[in-house]
Amino acid sequence: MTAIVRMITIRLALGLVTLWIVSVVIFISVEFLPGDLAEAVLGQSATEATLQAYRDRLGLERPPLERYLVWLSGAWRGDFGVSLVNGQPISDLIAVRLGNTLFLAAMAAMIAIPLALGLGILAALYRNSWFDKTISVSTLSAISFPEFFVAYILVLLFAINVNLFPALANIGIGTPFGERVYNSVLPALTLTLVITAHMMRMTRAAIINLLARPYIEMARLKGASPSRVILHHALPNAVAPIVNVIALNLGYLITGVVIVEVVFVYPGLGQLLVDSVTRRDVPVVQAACLIFAATFILLNLIADVVAVLSDPRLLHPK
Amino acid sequence: MERGDILLRIRDLKIEGRVEDSWLPILKGINLELRRGEVLGLIGESGAGKSTLGLAAMGFVRDGCRFSGGTVEFEGQELTTAHRSVRRSLRSSDIAYVAQSAAASFNPAHKLVDQYAEFPVLRGRMTQAEARADAAKMYARLQLPDPNGIGFRYPHQVSGGQLQRAMTAMAMSCRPKLIIFDEPTTALDVTTQIEVLAAIREVVAEFGTAAIYVTHDLAIVSQMADRVMVLRYGEMVELAETRQMLTTPTEDYTRSLWAVRSFRAPVKAEAAKGAPLISLRDVTASYGKVDVLSDISIDFHAGRTVAVVGESGSGKSTVARVLTGLLPPRRGEVSFDGAALPKVVDQRSKDQLRHVQMIYQMADTALNPKQRLRKIIGRPLAFYLGLSGRALEDRIRDLLAEIELDPDTFIDRFPSELSGGQKQRVGIARALAADPRFIICDEVTSALDQLVAEGILRLLVNLQNERGLGYMFITHDIATVEAIADDVVVMQHGRVVEAGRKEDVLSPPHEPYTELLLSSVPEMDPDWLTRVLDQRQGARASPILPGST
Repeated sequence: MTAIVRMITIRLALGLVTLWIVSVVIFISVEFLPGDLAEAVLGQSATEATLQAYRDRLGLERPPLERYLVWLSGAWRGDFGVSLVNGQPISDLIAVRLGNTLFLAAMAAMIAIPLALGLGILAALYRNSWFDKTISVSTLSAISFPEFFVAYILVLLFAINVNLFPALANIGIGTPFGERVYNSVLPALTLTLVITAHMMRMTRAAIINLLARPYIEMARLKGASPSRVILHHALPNAVAPIVNVIALNLGYLITGVVIVEVVFVYPGLGQLLVDSVTRRDVPVVQAACLIFAATFILLNLIADVVAVLSDPRLLHPK
Repeated sequence: MERGDILLRIRDLKIEGRVEDSWLPILKGINLELRRGEVLGLIGESGAGKSTLGLAAMGFVRDGCRFSGGTVEFEGQELTTAHRSVRRSLRSSDIAYVAQSAAASFNPAHKLVDQYAEFPVLRGRMTQAEARADAAKMYARLQLPDPNGIGFRYPHQVSGGQLQRAMTAMAMSCRPKLIIFDEPTTALDVTTQIEVLAAIREVVAEFGTAAIYVTHDLAIVSQMADRVMVLRYGEMVELAETRQMLTTPTEDYTRSLWAVRSFRAPVKAEAAKGAPLISLRDVTASYGKVDVLSDISIDFHAGRTVAVVGESGSGKSTVARVLTGLLPPRRGEVSFDGAALPKVVDQRSKDQLRHVQMIYQMADTALNPKQRLRKIIGRPLAFYLGLSGRALEDRIRDLLAEIELDPDTFIDRFPSELSGGQKQRVGIARALAADPRFIICDEVTSALDQLVAEGILRLLVNLQNERGLGYMFITHDIATVEAIADDVVVMQHGRVVEAGRKEDVLSPPHEPYTELLLSSVPEMDPDWLTRVLDQRQGARASPILPGST
């Protein structure tokens, strides 16, 4: 167990280093963005004097290193500063949006992960049968279509043809839980269709990959039924690759869902990021990117820990 | 239901295996009867169909194979046409299986005792707690250390020999009437093998379990089996009581199997003279912080074969890694022709590299599967000797002829189109291509059948006589040592225990470890195992050292 704790500690420390590198990269890339916030906010008709006053007020003319250090020390304390556009504290702005994004991600994950695992296991059990082929073809078709196309098809089917769910995910701070779920069904379904194939294929492949192992033949020679061979003898040894793919897809659910958010006008983090880039709201962009990076680092850490916990050879060294 | 009834009756059994689009016969009509409590040995070379027959006795065929005729009756129940669920329900309960590699056949994700308890509990014979208690008893019967605790370990935490006994225990968990042992000791060192053999024999006798014992090793089959069946190309060659089979085999093929162990290289009477070709002086080498070699000194002379023997983990292969420069020693000297050899392979000149070549245990993995023999053998010729064009082609053909493969037939083949013995010959040709003076042979015959292995040994001896090559022969097989070695080095725990001329090392008095190693080598005498165990029992009881008996 101490080995696990040590591993987590080291990985967290490395994660922090990665985050720091990411913060530098983000800061530098934003510096290179063409245009100027003052011009973007005040418009072309602004006089040189007003532009200058605006820049002075926000400290845009100070040396980059100084601005970076100020920003970094703030971010370390959880204070990302204020939005340059509307003057709100970024932490508040992001907290609401991040909450919405996590809610949608959780909802999609709760449908997609059990579905993908179940289908993957069944596909491995009935490999090369019509069932296996049908599952493969349908899930692969689902990811072959662009996300917005899947989204609009779902809207057409479930919001227009049959008026089951709302086409717009209208969610605010005070929306009660049940309504939130109801309003988010279509975006969650879209995301499910997008990520299921990947996880399901990996589950199937990871299990089938093990079926040629001598211990699987041994299980069959001990008289284990096909389902017991898959669930009890193969699956516990296939956890690591499956968990890694799940982590990757969860990361996508949090960081890569801009298009789906736009289609359903879902007030998530992705939309905030896109809006902030167009408005040159640099501090918000930086904060959002940092959160995305942290999400990936954390999810991968969790995946690695689960992989270690699932493998007695790593958990109990000789 | 008493001992002596027919338990298993196989009639005209045929099994086919799919090769690309056609079905080729693996078993061509085997007849077999096994009585309750009887142990039948199945012996043959690889590809003879002995494992297939063993599995067929459980009503099992591997993927890509099928029953194509005949019957397998277990207690009157026909298995080949029975429903899957019928066959499944017999397994564990009535017929159990012990696989060749326990390390690979135990599920790495579950504890030993849980794998033991799986079927007794599933079949409703015991509760989980009863099964665990039973496991401890069975582990004790098989003389596993700490029988109450060992089951709570995972497979990777237990040594190979112990795992093999734990697997035998697991096969016993439902007290089956028949156990199939599929080469259960092939992957073990001789000193471990003898313990496993004794444990298996004892427990099988105690429970009156019938067994089919599949092996390629005659000496082992003669310890374990009441009757022996010799298989070749999927057909029965001969079937007889073990003693009768050993003393008076009736078929030529059986006699040829029996004669394999008689090969002897011409003896070099005198001890090694003059300066050594390559030598290690006080070498200490380590992986990380652990010393795997401690103060080793060995001389290798031109034209002589030094066999390095010892159990796995004794440091044999590490010696080879130090000689080739793959593992630079922490202390000590490696010298070639009297001059110090750079310790790291990167610092050696092309000539220094050329003179020390290797032949590997697994020719399968040592040859690039995507290259034709022309390229595999031609590469060192081009690299070391700068040959090209006509000269290169001629040399490749000469080498193929030298390893007794017809150049016209073989030069454009891929390794996958060769048999195991032919692949190993190509490995030899590749080493020879560099025109070396010293060759390290790392267990080069241990993956081969005895007849094929003998051919390889003959070839190596001939090449040595023609070219004056020095060989280092790493092996754990004493029969190979007797066949080919001039000098012997016995290693244990990274140290040289004993070294000298073969006659001196292999004849008494021995160092205790050498004695243990030598006395563990199975002999083709059905009483050998009993005798050795009695001797060791006696030696433990009395203060006399094993070397003096």
